[in-house]
Amino acid sequence: THFLTTCVYSMLGDFCGEGARAVPLSGHVGFDSMPDQLVNKSVNHGFCFNILCVGETGLGKSTLMDTLFNTKFEGDPTQHNQPGVTLKSNTYELQESNVRLKLTVVNTVGFGDQINKEDSYKPIVEFIDAQFEAYLQEELKIKRTLHSYHDSRIHACLYFIAPTGHSLKSLDLVTMKKLDSKVNIIPIIAKSDAVSKSELAKFKIKITSELVSNGVQIYQFPTDDESVAEINSTMNSHLPFAVVGSTEEVKIGNKMVKARQYPWGTVQVENENHCDFVKLREMLIRVNMEDLREQTHARHYELYRRCKLEEMGFKDTDPDSKPFSLQETYEAKRNEFMGELQKKEEEMRQMFVQRVKEKEAELKEAEKELHEKFDRLKKLHQDEKKKLEEKKKSLDDELNMFKQKKTAAELLLNQAQQAGASTTLKRDKERKK
Amino acid sequence: MVAPTVGPVYGEKPSSVVDFSYVGIDAILEQMRRKAMKQGFELNIMVVGQSGLGKSTLMNTLFKSKVSRKYVQATAQEKIPKTIEIKSISHDIEEKGVRMKLTVIDTPGFGDQINNENCWQPIMRFINDQYEAYLQEEININRKKRIPDSRVHCCIYFIPPTGHCLRPLDVEFMRRLSKVVNIVPVIAKADTLTLEERDFFKQKIREDLRANGIDVYPQKEFDEDQEDRMINEKIREMIPFAVVGSDQEYQVNGRRLLGRKTKWGTIEVENIAHCEFAYLRDLLIRTHMQNIKDITSTIHYEMYRVRRLNENNTGAVHTNGLSDHSAHEM
Repeated sequence: THFLTTCVYSMLGDFCGEGARAVPLSGHVGFDSMPDQLVNKSVNHGFCFNILCVGETGLGKSTLMDTLFNTKFEGDPTQHNQPGVTLKSNTYELQESNVRLKLTVVNTVGFGDQINKEDSYKPIVEFIDAQFEAYLQEELKIKRTLHSYHDSRIHACLYFIAPTGHSLKSLDLVTMKKLDSKVNIIPIIAKSDAVSKSELAKFKIKITSELVSNGVQIYQFPTDDESVAEINSTMNSHLPFAVVGSTEEVKIGNKMVKARQYPWGTVQVENENHCDFVKLREMLIRVNMEDLREQTHARHYELYRRCKLEEMGFKDTDPDSKPFSLQETYEAKRNEFMGELQKKEEEMRQMFVQRVKEKEAELKEAEKELHEKFDRLKKLHQDEKKKLEEKKKSLDDELNMFKQKKTAAELLLNQAQQAGASTTLKRDKERKK
Repeated sequence: MVAPTVGPVYGEKPSSVVDFSYVGIDAILEQMRRKAMKQGFELNIMVVGQSGLGKSTLMNTLFKSKVSRKYVQATAQEKIPKTIEIKSISHDIEEKGVRMKLTVIDTPGFGDQINNENCWQPIMRFINDQYEAYLQEEININRKKRIPDSRVHCCIYFIPPTGHCLRPLDVEFMRRLSKVVNIVPVIAKADTLTLEERDFFKQKIREDLRANGIDVYPQKEFDEDQEDRMINEKIREMIPFAVVGSDQEYQVNGRRLLGRKTKWGTIEVENIAHCEFAYLRDLLIRTHMQNIKDITSTIHYEMYRVRRLNENNTGAVHTNGLSDHSAHEM
């Protein structure tokens, strides 16, 4: 008799929340080492952080990055004559103690330089989406390597506001509105040493109120963890950060500090009375880097994924038919798309071949015509030549005949003269008699 | 001197060491630690072995608390079930601020029947069901922020201390299951073996495992680098660990220790001269816990996913996620 085995699952201890019972330990077990184990694994793996700098040319984006990361990233200042907005991305490997960081800095080149800026935000949105798409593609692959995937999704977007001292430009509002559901936006006032302290306070208030009234969601430093809630909420009230960047060092007292030297004084980058650089560095790197990465993955990416999949026609409705229909249909749709792409390619190729053929025929036709023309002309020329030769010949003949006639006539004339002369002589002789 | 206005909690260097070139990238380690402490950890361990091999006791000893089914289910007498049951119990435990949701999955009835053919099936099915549940959640359009992880991270297989070699049941089970889950074999109730008998037994077991192509944790092919390999080779030379479990404390040399008291002496569970419980504990909990979870998610789960996704393009799929192919395999 075949032994029947049945499966009985039972979940006991259904007490707190997730069905788990709190139980005290009577001694040291040792799983308090888990955070260390996790951190060690991450250290071995390395970290990834991607920053997008959006702002007009000349607002000191590159300098600020250099200042933040204490290094000189390559690149020359861009010209102001770009025809459109392009995104330039550079990846650097930085290391501090045992932490290896793959930092990618993406810059908007030519932003704000065009006369018509209606479409300026588009390349930026496309770039951000492209990174989400790449991750989604990897996630949906059958054989995938997510744990070793180089995450290129943008974790933080520093939006550089020009230090006009008045308000946001409409380009800023439009762009930030388009980006706020796709990326963590941290607005900063660039080159803020151009704004006086009193103007700065008013400027910040104006900017914040404009953002709020336009419904722009900027990144809020998280306040749910008690250990950082206080500092984060204080910093939230200082947004947008008024920054100054500089990689030049100036001697103040007996120390070399990063600063910008003017005839009327020196702006010290790391002096919190002078600007908010230290606050930005603190928030962006030292306190919330991990949260920025997490929000990107858990919120912005999920939103993108949801929209993309819904767009492709998937639904979470029927749990039975759903399995793998997602994967399968995605693959099918992708194949369909690739098929269409191939078809289009084929069509284009055919069209190209056709055009080439036509052009070739045209050219052959033209060639033929040219040959014919040449032949005709040649013939004409030969005919003309022949005619001319005939004419020449007849003329020559005439000439010869004329010559002959002339010679004959002269001869006759001579004879006549001689005869005349002799007649005259004869008459003269007769007279003399 | 620029005095930072924020407290030195997040990886700031002490202010006596002024380093103007310090960016603060390494502060991310502290940030990660904070996040991990806040989220807590999950661990799912399955215990497999015949009745009476001390599975429940070992679990209680490992986690220094009554985490096994026996103590939660207040049944007067424990009967050997007629079929294999899979019973899952979860506990929230906390140590020095680190919270963990520990789920112990017991398999009463395994190997206890007269005819034990296919007794691995329900266990295999359970493991695959957990992969399936995770996969279903992962492919949802609207999915949870943190997908609840019920996947079996580690399966401790209890080998009865016969002293000779592996039995066909042991070989069959480990051969099949090592393909889908991390198997940690242990010699149960090792206090019935002398040290020589123990070493001989272990060697025999290792030979049997090798001969049958069974890869137990830590698997050689998943060593990431030289350092890993060195550490893991040492472990591979020691497995299976010969363990003794106990949740009773006795006074030994003025200290209270976990142990088993017999007429001829007290076996100290955490004394490595007596048994290898401490090695097992260190492996499972103090050093390799994260690695065990990683191997489960990046290798075993991914393999399941690949199989499943490919299956859907070809043959029929049973509702429990096993295709005709794998059913035949079993």
